Amino acid sequence: MHKLISFAPDYIRYIIKGGIKFYAWMGFLAILSAFSLYGFYLQNTEGLIVTGITSQIHDGLYFANLVFLVGVAAGAVTIVFPAYIHHHKAMHEVTVLGEMLAMTAVIMVMLFVFSHMGRPERLWHMIPYLGIYNFPNSMLAWDVLVLNVYLLLNLVCGFYFLYVKYSGGKINKNFFMPLVYISIVWALSIHTVTAFLISTLPARPMWFHSMMPIRFILTAFAAGPCLIILVFLIIRKNTKMWIQDDAINLLSLIITWCLGMALFLTMSEIVVELYARTEHANGLYYLMFGLHGLTKLVPWFWGSLIAMLTAFAMLLIPGIRTNYKLLPIACVLGFGGIWVEKGMGLVVPGFIPTPIGEVTEYYPSMVEVMMSIGNWGIGFLILTVLLKGAIGILLGEVKYGGSKAEKSNDVASGGKAAAYEAR
Amino acid sequence: MTHNKIPADHSTELPSKCQVQPEPEDPSEVNSRRDFLKTGAASLLGAAALMTQSDDAQANIEWAEHFQGNYRLMTDQEKVEARARLEKRYSEEYGKAVTVDGTPAKEGVLLGYALNIRKCIGCRRCVKACVAENNQSRGPDAGQRIEWIQVMKMARGEFTKDKMADGYPESQGIQYPEGLGIQVGGNAYSPAGVVLEGEYFYEPEAVPEKDATYMPLACMHCEKPPCVKVCPVRTTYREPDGIVVIDYNWCIGCRMCMSACPYWARRFNVTTPVLPKAEMNPKTHYLGNRPRMRGVVEKCTWCIQRNRIGRYPACVEVCPVGARKFGNLLDPESEVSLILARKNVFRLKAELNTFPKFFYFFD
Repeated sequence: MHKLISFAPDYIRYIIKGGIKFYAWMGFLAILSAFSLYGFYLQNTEGLIVTGITSQIHDGLYFANLVFLVGVAAGAVTIVFPAYIHHHKAMHEVTVLGEMLAMTAVIMVMLFVFSHMGRPERLWHMIPYLGIYNFPNSMLAWDVLVLNVYLLLNLVCGFYFLYVKYSGGKINKNFFMPLVYISIVWALSIHTVTAFLISTLPARPMWFHSMMPIRFILTAFAAGPCLIILVFLIIRKNTKMWIQDDAINLLSLIITWCLGMALFLTMSEIVVELYARTEHANGLYYLMFGLHGLTKLVPWFWGSLIAMLTAFAMLLIPGIRTNYKLLPIACVLGFGGIWVEKGMGLVVPGFIPTPIGEVTEYYPSMVEVMMSIGNWGIGFLILTVLLKGAIGILLGEVKYGGSKAEKSNDVASGGKAAAYEAR
Repeated sequence: MTHNKIPADHSTELPSKCQVQPEPEDPSEVNSRRDFLKTGAASLLGAAALMTQSDDAQANIEWAEHFQGNYRLMTDQEKVEARARLEKRYSEEYGKAVTVDGTPAKEGVLLGYALNIRKCIGCRRCVKACVAENNQSRGPDAGQRIEWIQVMKMARGEFTKDKMADGYPESQGIQYPEGLGIQVGGNAYSPAGVVLEGEYFYEPEAVPEKDATYMPLACMHCEKPPCVKVCPVRTTYREPDGIVVIDYNWCIGCRMCMSACPYWARRFNVTTPVLPKAEMNPKTHYLGNRPRMRGVVEKCTWCIQRNRIGRYPACVEVCPVGARKFGNLLDPESEVSLILARKNVFRLKAELNTFPKFFYFFD
């Protein structure tokens, strides 16, 4: 019990300590977070009129980010799955970092939900018994359920593991392993249900197809690892934690084939929709070429397609895939391309034209952009804190029984060997 | 290019009451109920004032409103209190005696609507009457203007000899006139007979225009409404008489219902609705035309504040050509039932299996 009580202060003491670089980074993110708070204040005094949404196109940047970030959260399973199912040693060492990322992404999804809602103060209406929870009818109710359980699973798995490491005990496999297996399946469920959220609406023909869930999962398993690789490379450069090449190479291989299959599905959709060119293809046509002279998303679509194709081509070449100077470029291209394709490129054309044939365009307002950047800022703030704490415990810098910081300093700076043993 | 000018007061010749609807309540009974409501409001205000330690009545009303439950699940007493609270707030806000009715659905009534598209002349009086009746927002910005009815103006389209040679891609010198391209007739893209490809913001000098047909649209009050299914908090639901309504105080503004509606019948209040005091219609219903707030969804209720007391919806009453018919589908002698029995009718987007109770017909 004493261990548990000292865990929190030790953990917090460690994460708030850092160099100039750390404080500068945190300060920068704090400023971004303030943007988000100000945007939230405006939206809940003036109303969503400060954003670009209308009754025609009533989901925009927020919903786009929400959908994308559910994918990032699910993408963490690309670490957990190889670690526990294939017993991949290098992945095993960093699983907890994936869990931290998943948690962050789910919290960011919730931030975007709050940004998106017209009446966030009424969210309690969804809480069972207090309000009405339209389950199992409403797909949104399913989404809320799976996302919250996923957050809880990662919270329990991640912090249980960290606590055991901290206190120097042994992991209770009877408790831990079932949760890990559940969280693997659950990761698939969160993105499947998010896909169902929009693909079960016949009123929106662009979304109404059964390919949506698998396409969501593939793009998630490409975009998620892209971000993970970038984070891993930053960790390798800026902390004493060493992440093995093996882990990064496996992730880049996963990105390659998930991105490849996602591109294949995009191509299938284009052929099926545009060959027959029914009225139901109007959304896709708007996205690719514009409709009735409105072409705002056209450069975004082609830009994202080129980015994804370039990333795929780069990743196909082993020389580039294993070159950690070029790999980040491919990751940024892949991440950015999928963000556009799956975010704005999927959400907005679903509303164009409207069910009664009206063609309008959507322009995100300054407030909307500011608030989205702010939410990402909060996300990175949380991610930095969670990763720092996790790394501290993995390195043994935070340990039960007093500060081991000075001691472990010497050990870790000595070499680039993995800083702790596999689970 | 002037066509049949519409007589402005034609609507008065139409019957002002549904034959099938029960008579309005006894006025004295209504009055006594109002008195009762006022007492209820006073006692609740007292309790709220004690709770919040504040003298500001307005704030107390809002405080109580924030924590009220879903209207459908309230007890009768809670419903009365909720409406009394609103009456007090609205009366202060708009400077007139506003009533918030709560008349429930009558047994044995399933409401239906039929619209004669052959008769519609596109005058859009229904649109204006609807806005005046239902207290929609009418501000200067696009986001502050809400209309529940759209009258789609669609081109009749024309097929011409001139266009016969068009449509083929460049021949590229191969034996087939269409070259490697796809064979498309030059008249392929004539909008003739296309439903839902038109415009609803049009300001002609006179209606009907020669080269246009009109198709009014609004909430179809589906028997299987997709909007109701997707609502995460069941704030939108189907009343026993078939009207799809929204409890504006329960709506969380997630807009799933708007994504799910195949008829684009729902509107979102992106800001606090702009409703001038003088134009505000003080006869309201809790589930209908009472003033809405920022951040919630609203839609047509077939004028629930009217049809529940035996009156026609405003659009039916105002239509100068009698294109709009409304009544009880369960009564074989009602106008809508007779239309269904005798005319050619269709439902819009019937392939989606939403089973609208809004029928289009033609003579």
